[in-house]
Amino acid sequence: MLPHLDAAHNLARWLMRDPGAGEDVLQDAMVRALTYFPSFKGINPRGWLLQIVRNTAYSSMKLNHGIELVPLASNEADGTDAIADLPSLDDDPEASLIKARDSFHMRQLIGNLPLELREILVLRELEELSYKEIAEVTRTPIGTVMSRLWRARQMLVRMTAEQGQKP
Amino acid sequence: MNMREEKSPTGRCGTVLLVQAEFDRELDAAQAANLQAHRTHCADCQAAEVELTRAHALLREEPYRPMPEAVRQRILARLDADRPTPVLGPAEGWIQVPATPAVLSRFRSSRQSAIGFGVGVACAAALAFLVLAPTEQNLTEQLVAAHVRALQPGHLEDVVSTDQHTVKPWFDGRIDFAPPVKDFAAGGFPLIGGRLDYIDGRPVAALVYRHDRHIIDLYVWPGAANAISNPAVADRNGYSIVHWTQDGMTFWAVSDVGPGELRAFTAAWQETS
Repeated sequence: MLPHLDAAHNLARWLMRDPGAGEDVLQDAMVRALTYFPSFKGINPRGWLLQIVRNTAYSSMKLNHGIELVPLASNEADGTDAIADLPSLDDDPEASLIKARDSFHMRQLIGNLPLELREILVLRELEELSYKEIAEVTRTPIGTVMSRLWRARQMLVRMTAEQGQKP
Repeated sequence: MNMREEKSPTGRCGTVLLVQAEFDRELDAAQAANLQAHRTHCADCQAAEVELTRAHALLREEPYRPMPEAVRQRILARLDADRPTPVLGPAEGWIQVPATPAVLSRFRSSRQSAIGFGVGVACAAALAFLVLAPTEQNLTEQLVAAHVRALQPGHLEDVVSTDQHTVKPWFDGRIDFAPPVKDFAAGGFPLIGGRLDYIDGRPVAALVYRHDRHIIDLYVWPGAANAISNPAVADRNGYSIVHWTQDGMTFWAVSDVGPGELRAFTAAWQETS
């Protein structure tokens, strides 16, 4: 299961939109996964682990009375995710600055998507799961996966276009 | 901005979701061809394609972030401290594997040993099935079974030809390797055709030869060293089996001819380049 730790971490972070809460969810999910691993008989350990991460994230949000935590963007100030934002030494400073700014915008935009669209977009575009795998992880019919994915992409394109008009 | 504003996915042409499915490489060739025909005269679908490409490009701005090493260390450290006890359903009949601290520290030490841990748990849990692990004996049984099955009327060859230059290209695109095909008509082993078979969990090439009124199946698949190994002869249910490796390929000849004749066939094969 550990080869899928990155994927699990990524999903937890995007669902919770907060590195700290994401890590807590990942922690709980890994404990659950380890506990139940001997009874796992499927053929897709990644999908199985992601499903546990998602369930854990959803129960954590329920405990918070359905209130999602602050978007990732607000962590820029306290620097909890700062290491991940450090530009690579290989890039030239200007290019890496532009890259960092674009990436920051994109993270805000994805973070602003409604939860049910965000999770499907992340699973498809960042984790590159197939429709069938996404349907299993989110326990959603494939038709719904397809229409949510479409809406998520539409919103992303539209929000970017609107942002481009403002400055 | 109203985040809940949702445009019905079929608010435009009802086919846009299929355009998206093709974009995500989820359509098979026939569906993709149908869609292509529709798309050439549907402006909505063409626009959808442009939007999908744009969304994909936008998302490339968000780099995939591997987990920070500090987080990984924290997670693994706490897993070790928590020491979860595996829980099993009472009716499952699997062997219970307690996650002892020793096991968990192995789990923790590195990615590689972590994979080992997963494999270890899976192996222990599936102990009962290990008895059935394939062995060479199992392989010869599979070969004889495939040979006998092929002798049923109409199953012997998929490509019927005595010409090695017809048989060899027939395998192109059907398997992921090019089996050597030789003809020994002069030596009393004429090639009569070839077919696909499935041995030991992989598709293999089967070349069919005739010797008098006997059929010889020669199974070929890649693997093994480049050196020519000495043929090993075995006997199973009255069938002779010869195994050797040559030029990076594994060969198994199965037939009801005597072991001596099968060895002659093998020698003819190994000597012909």
